[in-house]
Amino acid sequence: MDKKKYPKISRRGLLGGVLGAALLPVNKVLAKRLPGLIPPDDPTKSPGRGTSKLGQRSKYENPVKTTSDISSRTPLQDMYSTITPSDLHYERHHAGIPDIDPAKYELMIHGMVDRPMKFTLADLKSFPAVARTCFLECAGNFRTGKEEMTPQDILGLTSQSEWTGVMLSTIFREVGASHAAKWFLAEGSDAAVLTRSVPMYKAWDDAMIVYAQNGEAMRPEQGYPARLLLPGWEGNMNVKWLRRIEIGDEPWMTREETSKYTYPVKDKIRMFSFEMDARSIITYPVYPNKIKSGYLEIRGLAWSGRGKVTKVEVSTDGGKTWLDANLQGPVLSKAHTYFRHLWEWDGTATEIASRVTDETGYVQPSVQQLADARGTKAGGYHMNPINWWQIKADGSVLFKPE
Amino acid sequence: MKQLAAIFLIGLMMIGISSFKYRATKSSVATTDTNKWPAKFGFGHPVTQVEIDAWDIDIRPDGKGLPIGQGTVSKGRAIYVQKCVACHGEGGKNQVEVKTIGPALISDTVLKARNKTIGNYWPYATTLFDYIRRAMPYPQPGSLTNTEVYSLSAYLLNANHVTADTIQNAKTLPKVVMPARKLFVFDDRKGGPEIK
Repeated sequence: MDKKKYPKISRRGLLGGVLGAALLPVNKVLAKRLPGLIPPDDPTKSPGRGTSKLGQRSKYENPVKTTSDISSRTPLQDMYSTITPSDLHYERHHAGIPDIDPAKYELMIHGMVDRPMKFTLADLKSFPAVARTCFLECAGNFRTGKEEMTPQDILGLTSQSEWTGVMLSTIFREVGASHAAKWFLAEGSDAAVLTRSVPMYKAWDDAMIVYAQNGEAMRPEQGYPARLLLPGWEGNMNVKWLRRIEIGDEPWMTREETSKYTYPVKDKIRMFSFEMDARSIITYPVYPNKIKSGYLEIRGLAWSGRGKVTKVEVSTDGGKTWLDANLQGPVLSKAHTYFRHLWEWDGTATEIASRVTDETGYVQPSVQQLADARGTKAGGYHMNPINWWQIKADGSVLFKPE
Repeated sequence: MKQLAAIFLIGLMMIGISSFKYRATKSSVATTDTNKWPAKFGFGHPVTQVEIDAWDIDIRPDGKGLPIGQGTVSKGRAIYVQKCVACHGEGGKNQVEVKTIGPALISDTVLKARNKTIGNYWPYATTLFDYIRRAMPYPQPGSLTNTEVYSLSAYLLNANHVTADTIQNAKTLPKVVMPARKLFVFDDRKGGPEIK
């Protein structure tokens, strides 16, 4: 796989190069004194560096997010499996990342409850805990429009972590939440004080309040010290930096669930689209890879907000035929699932794509099927079409914007 | 005897498997802990109404949460010029030649494909008060008084031709009928083979 990316030449690296050119023996001494400056010709002939308090990636690997003012995108093409390293998790903020002192943090729950209460972070951690691996995805996760696009450019607003926290049902039981309540409001303590209305059935099902990500305290970008986690539901509802939950009997119709995160469907506007429908994307071979004829393994990610991925099919002939790909187990519900499909490329130009089926029997649609169902003005949110990649005769790969 | 033991062992395994299945499907907490949970754990502490009121800033479409006070279109226009123009542009309209930081807020009441504003896309007027008070202006969120928020709401509704009213308060705001309200429908996707 053509995945190696070398870091930019650093000042230290450049210095080593200059020294090397001028004084070769001195350079060799320096390399011994400052391990890491120049890699030795033979790593078995000199001791390596010692231990460290905090590990780092190999200096030869440099996966990075691409950033804008309001979001950053995960380099999906650099992922070898389904857990996104925490520092590569996608971001979408509505007024920046707040700096919250965990010692002062409190979550208030009130409204249709027997006992309105506040919980400190220590309180939340005291409750019986659960860990769950699931994806998060921004409802607006789809970009198209040009051929020179990577999976990160197209679908980088999704990532996966193992989250640890307390079931929301446990907390709701503690405050005596009314079973007659239909909705709750989740509010963040960022500068947008972001709010979303969530139906109560999600709280009694699989919603969580999480404080840990991939085995350590959750990152500020993901909602430190605690956030709402609604497995399978659009990212915006998984309110970060959670400070307040109000339990009620009707939705609040906040800005985020009315003027945003809604989309035209023919002559109407669809609101409260909770579940992220199933989708998949090939992450190798993609732009800007260059492939050679012979065997190669097509690889990618598939997921569904409605349950488990049951099947991923791959077409290497522009959609004439579809063959099942291998799914990497264990396949988890509402989780990124890695797929692989062996392909012998004969060197002729073609188009390749993947399409996923989930356990509800939903099959990832084409752009045309989505347009037929929603009208041509749709777009914006909850667009999950099959993505095609063009394989050129010279082995170059380009995205196919539709 | 060996056969009996084997049967017994298989039986035990089946019980094990079925009970695991039961737990796994009954609840997402797969547990083998046999201790029962108490009715209450006793973590956390009760809050007073004063503490609730300090944080409870949400407004519902029926007006629940709206504070006392009122605002006028003319005051709203003045505040807009002072505190909103920098991001949302002159008169709240996107101008072709000027790229504003914030979205356009003012147009009319007819929805066109790429022109979503308060007048043609927002289904509830109460959302204006709720959002402006909690999140605007972007550099100083939460800095506006209730009177200022009522005034900005009055100005933006008026400028979008939603209503000719020149005053907004807790009684009037929930009664404003937003032109886009009739367009909004709840999601009807439900999984399965149908593409919606």
